[in-house]
Amino acid sequence: MSDTVQLSSSAIRRQMLAEFWFYFRQNRGAVAGLVVFILLVLTAVFAPLLAPHDPTTQYRDAFLLPPVWQEGGRAEFLLGTDAVGRDMLSRLIFGAQYSLFIGIVVVAIALVGGVIIGLIAGFFGGWVDSVIMRVMDVILAFPSLLLALVLVAVLGPGLTNAMIAIAIVYQPHFARLTRAAVMGEMRREYVTAARVAGAGNLRLMFKTILPNCLGPLIVQATLSFSSAVLDSAALGFLGMGAQPPAPEWGTMLAEAREFILRAWWVVTLPGLAILISVLAINMMGDGLRDALDPKLKRS
Amino acid sequence: MKYLSHGLLAVSALALTTAFAEAKTFVYCSEASPEGFDPSPYTAGTTFDASGHPIYNRLTEFKKGTTEIEPGLAESWEVSEDGTEYTFKLRQGVKFHSNDRFTPTRDFNADDVVFSFQRQGDPNHPWHQYIPGITYEYYTSMDMPNLVKSVEKIDDYTVKFTLNRPEAPFLANIAMPFASIVSKEYADTLEAAGAKEGLNNAPIGTGPFRFVAYQKDAVIRYQKNADYWGEAPKIDDLIFAITPDPSVRLQKLKAGECHLMPYPSPADLESIRADDSLKLDEQPGLNVGYLAYNTTVAPFDNPKVRKALNMAINKEAIIDAVFQGAAEPAKNPIPPTMWSYNEAVEDDPYDPEAAKAMLEEEGVTDLSMNIWAMPVQRPYMPNARRTAELMQEDLSKVGVNAEIVSYEWGEYLQKSMEAGRDGAVILGWTGDNGDPDNFLSVLLSCDAAKEGGANRAFWCNEEFSDLLQQAKVTSEQAERTKLYEQAQVIFKEQAPWLTIAHSTQYVPMRAEVTGFVMSPLGDFTFENVDLAE
Amino acid sequence: MVRFLLSKLLYLIPTFLGITIVAFGFVRILPGDPVLLMAGERGVSPERHAELSAQLGFDKPLVMQYLDFLGRLLQGDLGNSLVTKRPVLDEFLALFPATLELGLCAIIIATLIGVPVGVLAAIKRGSWFDQVSMTSALVGFSMPIFWWGLLLIIFFSGYLGWTPVSGRISLMYYFPEGTGFMLIDSLMSGQDGAFASAVSHLILPSIVLATIPLAVIARQTRSAMLEVMGEDYVRTARAKGMPSRRVIGVHALRNAMIPVVTTIGLQIGVLIAGAILTETIFSWPGIGKWMIDSISRRDYPVVQSGLLLIAGLVMLVNLLVDLTYGLINPRIRAT
Repeated sequence: MSDTVQLSSSAIRRQMLAEFWFYFRQNRGAVAGLVVFILLVLTAVFAPLLAPHDPTTQYRDAFLLPPVWQEGGRAEFLLGTDAVGRDMLSRLIFGAQYSLFIGIVVVAIALVGGVIIGLIAGFFGGWVDSVIMRVMDVILAFPSLLLALVLVAVLGPGLTNAMIAIAIVYQPHFARLTRAAVMGEMRREYVTAARVAGAGNLRLMFKTILPNCLGPLIVQATLSFSSAVLDSAALGFLGMGAQPPAPEWGTMLAEAREFILRAWWVVTLPGLAILISVLAINMMGDGLRDALDPKLKRS
Repeated sequence: MKYLSHGLLAVSALALTTAFAEAKTFVYCSEASPEGFDPSPYTAGTTFDASGHPIYNRLTEFKKGTTEIEPGLAESWEVSEDGTEYTFKLRQGVKFHSNDRFTPTRDFNADDVVFSFQRQGDPNHPWHQYIPGITYEYYTSMDMPNLVKSVEKIDDYTVKFTLNRPEAPFLANIAMPFASIVSKEYADTLEAAGAKEGLNNAPIGTGPFRFVAYQKDAVIRYQKNADYWGEAPKIDDLIFAITPDPSVRLQKLKAGECHLMPYPSPADLESIRADDSLKLDEQPGLNVGYLAYNTTVAPFDNPKVRKALNMAINKEAIIDAVFQGAAEPAKNPIPPTMWSYNEAVEDDPYDPEAAKAMLEEEGVTDLSMNIWAMPVQRPYMPNARRTAELMQEDLSKVGVNAEIVSYEWGEYLQKSMEAGRDGAVILGWTGDNGDPDNFLSVLLSCDAAKEGGANRAFWCNEEFSDLLQQAKVTSEQAERTKLYEQAQVIFKEQAPWLTIAHSTQYVPMRAEVTGFVMSPLGDFTFENVDLAE
Repeated sequence: MVRFLLSKLLYLIPTFLGITIVAFGFVRILPGDPVLLMAGERGVSPERHAELSAQLGFDKPLVMQYLDFLGRLLQGDLGNSLVTKRPVLDEFLALFPATLELGLCAIIIATLIGVPVGVLAAIKRGSWFDQVSMTSALVGFSMPIFWWGLLLIIFFSGYLGWTPVSGRISLMYYFPEGTGFMLIDSLMSGQDGAFASAVSHLILPSIVLATIPLAVIARQTRSAMLEVMGEDYVRTARAKGMPSRRVIGVHALRNAMIPVVTTIGLQIGVLIAGAILTETIFSWPGIGKWMIDSISRRDYPVVQSGLLLIAGLVMLVNLLVDLTYGLINPRIRAT
């Protein structure tokens, strides 16, 4: 008896996945985004193999060399070098590690924190809910970048602190989503049924209710992933994010600003890298939303 | 769209030329907003460039382009035998500016001088705290509260200062912007109108330019003071266009939107030299950038270890990559333009092999250390991060593992002065008045190694400090020079710092600018500038 | 309606108190001591340090400082800047028009372009126009605007020399500050070319700041339109043979605008965050740059009161959006 239930539920899951993939595949942009994203992940994972040079090694005879196709470029530095003679291409490749890492950590912290807070608020309701939601309102009243800036100033500039600050600023979105979903689900019959059957609070929250509000959370998570890459680059640009010599793209841009008129490659390339990754993730996010949101599926 | 933009350009170009033709307007792209327009409560050079220099005068002034003293609002002075009484004869017929709220009824006189000093020195003076939270930091840091016993009016044009002790640099102190003379009559008018903050917002002085308007963080406007007691300015209007970003400043200069700018980015010097419409004045700066070891912590308490580390670091590479060549390697703690600079001192050569051998000889292996990189740009150190990265690389070649640490600026200043600090600190100094004592005592004496001082090597060498003390009480400059030269030899032997570089000061300006004189103290003043046709 | 308004306001009071605590609390735990910053490389003796701290009121317990802050806040006193010694409110009011002018221009550009593009893309769903505009919108949405601004400067100011590099108007024009809005002041001054100069200074920063809201508005308009066009009454109208232009203009557009108006209103937070970056790049003398500078200088009163003013502003705009929403859609009021 229990075996058959197990079987059918995994079959259902498989079918859901197949359906999801069917809708996702229809969005060509999303598939392109996915491909770029996978390439990005591969670049990050295999950065030490792909990069021709160490990203922090300074070649003292090669300050601000242009890319290879421009006059003065050298074949060993395909995309040129920066102000202290580091290979741009290698730094860009290693930069992918930073961006993905930042995205994953920020989303993980914001998601876990937000979901727990949202579950508690939605499940218990009453004054617990009021207090939690007022706190979330307070956080949301500040423009996110400004709040993140002040938080980083409090915690001290650096990559870890920038990630924590961004995660704190993002988590109210997850909390609100979860809370709304939980409140909706709480009235459903299966929750009442589970409760009658003697399910504990924790079990109810995590095993019964949570899986049913995953859709919007996943969409929000992809959105936060791309925003996290952008915001951490912005913090880096303002000197509050990852610190040199880390090859983080935003930090590279900040360092390159003084060469804006003299060495276009140190300014344009990191920005292009940011744009491409964020765009890929957003395209993927669009596909995810279309595939997960049943309302749009119909139209 | 294309048409529209061309149209706009044509219109603005036209406006520019016609406006220039009518009145001579000089635009200075300044690097930051002034803190305010009363020069006494503030400490930033930017503030003095925007208030103290154009709007005000002092009893004594620095002669243009030098650190010598010449008469200002005081025509002459007498010093008593024991050096504690200074009697100033004031210049007559000097007019204060006027504005829409104030027209002076009398000329500058002794009352203004007494008022200007007493409001800073006397905590009970009604104008001491005319803005809540105001303090007189420069007055305090030059030790004026302990130095000045009294300021008295003898008659309308005679003022007597009585000091608690003889102090030779006093005349130079009162030439500094904090000692600017404000109008007592204006202060009285403001007080009657209940608008005391006008002294800071709508300044009235005797200087070459009259304050017209200030738009926060954007622009300051001045007009020529037609009644100026000295040589009248040659330009009619002076404008400060506040432009914090150095590359933006340069673009504005190239576009003809301003005539002169401070602090170009070293990366841009080449393109400035290549541009025929621009010219570049340069002058060795009165500064030093250094790396201070903690000489109280092993193994950095061993001069040989410090010397070995100094030999491991390639200064030329730092000057190339960080200063873009706009500096000279430093061997002494004072800059070469300063009197008593010891030419004979020989710098430690860059020699990683020898350095490695020296470290091994001293039994130092597997050394790990921190390098502190300051988070801000200073003229003496355009990019401490990059410098630290270069040092890190160099040190790894002699087997020293260096970590770079940094803090927020205020914290950096504080933590780097904490006893037992871990690591070597990148920092520097820009001189206030051109005296070697202003470098050596402030940065390297035993006194300065205490809390609240600035000796970040915590280096206390009795012999060195005694030489400084001796030089301080000696009035003969030749005598002092000898003492300071000797001190520099000791400094080099003991190597409490790696002396990095003395950065060069550059002032890019449009080719048509004439008469600008660079100040060794880093001030920007415009009463002598003109625009050639 | 009045009850709705009152309940909304009541609801805001605890949030606002929370904001004061956050603004005060964050700022006071910022590392770095303003007294040390003022002294710089020179250093300050422990005695003088204590003296200055006491004068600035930093020696009292935090709770007392907070109550002081709140008390003065109720009297409309936001404190004085440590750097300029001037009242924070004066500085805010002097700089705010610059940010507001920039923000309004950006939101106008974003709306004027975003809404028609979104509507057109929805009508011609699947066409090349839809695909190109929606791809561009996604690119805009993904844009690191600080980099975008640099690119525009390199191209338009550096390479083509069409637009000025920074500032609000050519320095050759001088007129007393009236409204604080350069466009209006320059028109009223009656000086030849002043207005054109103001426009040419405003254009690049506005484009940069408008980029993300434009993308969001275009996408939101498109999806709102699609949703409304799928609704029964629109289909019915169409089936009845109503001309499709009329169907779209009268029924679909009006209903689709409700979420779009909300979206536009909610862009204020995005705009202020964007203003921080845009103002930094273009040396625009507004509150974004002011906040950044004040954070790095540890100008406590400016940072805390600035945070408060900005958060208050965001709350106010959100309230207005809520009210408009309530007016357009009466069903909201009931819930």
